[in-house]
Amino acid sequence: MAIDYTSRIPNNVDLSDNRTLQRALEHWQPAFLEWWKELGPSDFNASEVFLRTATSVDAKGWATYGEVKMPDYRWGIFLADRDEARTIGFGDEYGKPAWQQVPGEHRSTLRRLIVTQGDTEPASVEQQRLLGLTAPSLYDLRNLFQVNVEEGRHLWAMVYLLHAYFGRDGREEAEELLHRHSGDADKPRILGTFNEPISDWLSFFMFTYFTDRDGKYQLKSLAESAFDPLARTCSFMLTEEAHHMFVGETGIARIIRRTLEVMKEVGDDPEAVRRAGAIDLPTLQRYMNFWFTSSLDLFGADISSNAASYFANGIKGRPDEERYEDHLALDQTYSLELPDAAGGVRTDEVPMRNAMNEVMRQAYVKDCEIGVVRWNRLIARAGVDFEVKLPSPRFRRTIGSWANQFIDPSGRPMSAEAWMARQNDWLPTEADRAFVHSLMHRVTEPGKMAGWIAPPDRGINNLPVEYEYVRLN
Amino acid sequence: MITFDTDPSRYRHWKLSFEGRIATLALDVAEDGGLKPGYKLKLNSYDLGVDIELHDALQRIRFEHPEVATVVVTSAKERMFCSGANIYMLGLSSHAWKVNFCKFTNETRNGIEEASAHSGLKFVAAVNGACAGGGYELALACDEIVMVDDRSSTVSLPEVPLLGVLPGTGGLTRLVDKRHVRRDLADVFCTTAEGVRADRAKAWGLVDHVAVPARFRERTLQRAEALAAASDRPADATGIELTPLDRVLDDAGYHYGHVDVAIDRAVRTATITVRAPAAAGPADVAGILAEGARWWPLAMARELDDAILLLRANETGIGTLVLKTEGDAAHVLAADAALAAHANHWFVRETLNMLRRTLRRLDVSSRSLFAVIEPGSCFAGTLLELALASDRSFMLALEDGANDGPQLRLGAMNFGPLTMVNGLTRLEGRFAGDAAPVAALANRQGEVLDAQAALDAGLITFAPDDLDWEDEVRLAIEERTSLSPDALTGMEASLRFGGAETMATKVFGRLSAWQNWIFNRPNAVGEKGALKLFGSGTKAAFDWERV
Repeated sequence: MAIDYTSRIPNNVDLSDNRTLQRALEHWQPAFLEWWKELGPSDFNASEVFLRTATSVDAKGWATYGEVKMPDYRWGIFLADRDEARTIGFGDEYGKPAWQQVPGEHRSTLRRLIVTQGDTEPASVEQQRLLGLTAPSLYDLRNLFQVNVEEGRHLWAMVYLLHAYFGRDGREEAEELLHRHSGDADKPRILGTFNEPISDWLSFFMFTYFTDRDGKYQLKSLAESAFDPLARTCSFMLTEEAHHMFVGETGIARIIRRTLEVMKEVGDDPEAVRRAGAIDLPTLQRYMNFWFTSSLDLFGADISSNAASYFANGIKGRPDEERYEDHLALDQTYSLELPDAAGGVRTDEVPMRNAMNEVMRQAYVKDCEIGVVRWNRLIARAGVDFEVKLPSPRFRRTIGSWANQFIDPSGRPMSAEAWMARQNDWLPTEADRAFVHSLMHRVTEPGKMAGWIAPPDRGINNLPVEYEYVRLN
Repeated sequence: MITFDTDPSRYRHWKLSFEGRIATLALDVAEDGGLKPGYKLKLNSYDLGVDIELHDALQRIRFEHPEVATVVVTSAKERMFCSGANIYMLGLSSHAWKVNFCKFTNETRNGIEEASAHSGLKFVAAVNGACAGGGYELALACDEIVMVDDRSSTVSLPEVPLLGVLPGTGGLTRLVDKRHVRRDLADVFCTTAEGVRADRAKAWGLVDHVAVPARFRERTLQRAEALAAASDRPADATGIELTPLDRVLDDAGYHYGHVDVAIDRAVRTATITVRAPAAAGPADVAGILAEGARWWPLAMARELDDAILLLRANETGIGTLVLKTEGDAAHVLAADAALAAHANHWFVRETLNMLRRTLRRLDVSSRSLFAVIEPGSCFAGTLLELALASDRSFMLALEDGANDGPQLRLGAMNFGPLTMVNGLTRLEGRFAGDAAPVAALANRQGEVLDAQAALDAGLITFAPDDLDWEDEVRLAIEERTSLSPDALTGMEASLRFGGAETMATKVFGRLSAWQNWIFNRPNAVGEKGALKLFGSGTKAAFDWERV
């Protein structure tokens, strides 16, 4: 049976002429659809969703809008355009031509990185699979599904690389990506954070703002890779990842706007705000403390031999490598602040290459600040005396030198007992979670919002907010 | 000074727990608990300090917990079994330290297999997460390996592709010799840094059982209980406490109740004198149990074992060990008789196993061994093994009729229980596969052999008379200590273990020798060597010449 690959699987990788790839995908695609139907947002398989589909990488094609049932979504394979003259931008192979094939000596390392990245994509779809049942509006429901299908497409992107460049092992790994399941104790997803269910929309917005931003930095560093197909794949994924963070940033902003409106009526008392059905700012801060710190851990240890060898070998660079002057980072050191035995801080000079995770983490923290500044502007404009703050990156860490230290959100070390006694001030409590859950009710009338979130400034693709973005059928 | 003293109350890296007939040894390495400064023990990686605790824990289980029939070796960390020897520790260590570290870890793992063969103590490795390098080699030493199938944990031997060295703690040998993994699959396995997941590990014979996380504990327990059911360790016996060694360390050497080590750093020798028991000792089990850790065969073996370990770790410049004995041979033989009479009793059996291990430790030590047999000595039975373990032996010959000259006496202990790592007794090894002289000597057990008789029987090397004695012995030692220590180590290791190879001789011989060669090569330890540069973010540069 002849399959029209270009229409079924939009792509710019010559799929219709690539027999090897066709064979691999013929096998994998049905398994993917099975997985989607079972572990994706399965209650909405019949709904028509106003989704954006990428059909090419140019300005015209990357955002084609239309109503589509999610199982019929056309998950495509796109790489950013190739630059024939591209050379390796960092590490020991600096200046040599970028690799169009996987060098044998880096095969298993590259495969591992792609699998680890790829594993997070379907994981987040699984984590979020029940959120649709409590969406605060059709607009938000649609955004959730847009995020979900794009995470699905990112999985496709990683699977394409595995299929096209890693032979039989690659095909096996691609299958495993569908066999591991988030939160399944018997076959969990590779990274711990991706096994925690996301069961309320405050967490969803925090996840898309903070955790997807880790994804952005991972993709940016892989977009520098000497392995050109990986670099080009990740470059294109970044355009979609930006939308996920937009969902997070505006979602949190809308929650804050709604809270400020309520505060105007009922005053500053968090309990009063809660009674009025909005999320009080201290609770929002506690959620932020939780999600920011767990996302920081995803960058890995602050002194890392893996990071050093990835950099040395040209496998994974620094985000925006071209901003740096020295692309070898051989004789440089990085001043790393570490806890000392006496409960203070000491500074170690560590080789720059070993500190690449920390370099990336610092850039990430700065990026996270941007939204915080905007949110605080909203609060200040409303005349409310409250500031949301990112906690210290030393707070509540479980990976790196600051792991398992007792540090308060402002970065001050303290005793274990004092920390334990105060943790409920800093992190979401059971009562907080129960309260947030109590707000989660589905709103299905077009244009209407749940009481704890303000409407967005504008709709999708110039359509009004009142548009029926999901036809639930 | 490095010592090997510890006890469960002081463990930093292992959690030892008991439930009925099953003991669980859970690795939970303290990152900051390295034996030396300069490295962190991340990811459940180990250094000598971690292995000293493992060694101690095994001893405790053997002697203090006779009710234990199966030991489950696992990890207390989540999704991380053990990532092997700490690479930064290896990178910082001198060649001698690395070699000595590997030898001790090898002996401990061999000890696990010996316990399985001789003690009725079985081992199940419960691989509950990532298991790499030395971690998998530890699992390989166990009777069975149960691996968690969580679709991402792997077992691996990444030494060749990642570090440019070998899985030198028995890994390569046990893959093919013990687990019978097909050699081409073993080749793939040993060159795939990330290793293989549970399904393939099972298919290739790298592990015995796989279980999903929810069933993992149950499966492990099931295997542990199945192995325990076949064990002849007594479920209702009371253990014998391994009390701290009675020991004084000073500049002159190490001084124990039954063993004395006199170190002469100028001549680069250490004289080890082992003393016979002061009395014949108990002949019945009740008496033996009453003496417990003070019972001479056990007390002496523990002291000698400790002395060998201390010399190896702390006195690398001492190249020659002069072995002497002192005391009443009849008392040694009486103790031997008690060992033979009650060999089926768990405590006696463990003591015998301890003696065997200790003598094996001596055999594989990279030190020249000279036995010096003088008047007042008691080279009989078990203690005669010291002379038979030696590279050469010197026995003072007095003129005919003198009855105060030194004597040798053969006993049952020389004909079976105390085999070397090649599975042969020292007498069998001595006569290089010729059964006739060994059979002839078996008929002369108990006979008093003076120097001439011992020389005629081939039991000693030289029998100088009293006029020549001092010069002969002195010259021999001086000559020995002037030779290349490297050449001597290689020569002695080759001559000591005649006969067919066993897994242990391959580990100590072939595998260790290749490893130690690689440890000295620029491709591993040169400025651009793989081991040296691991984790630095700089790629190794190899000299491509095949040697």
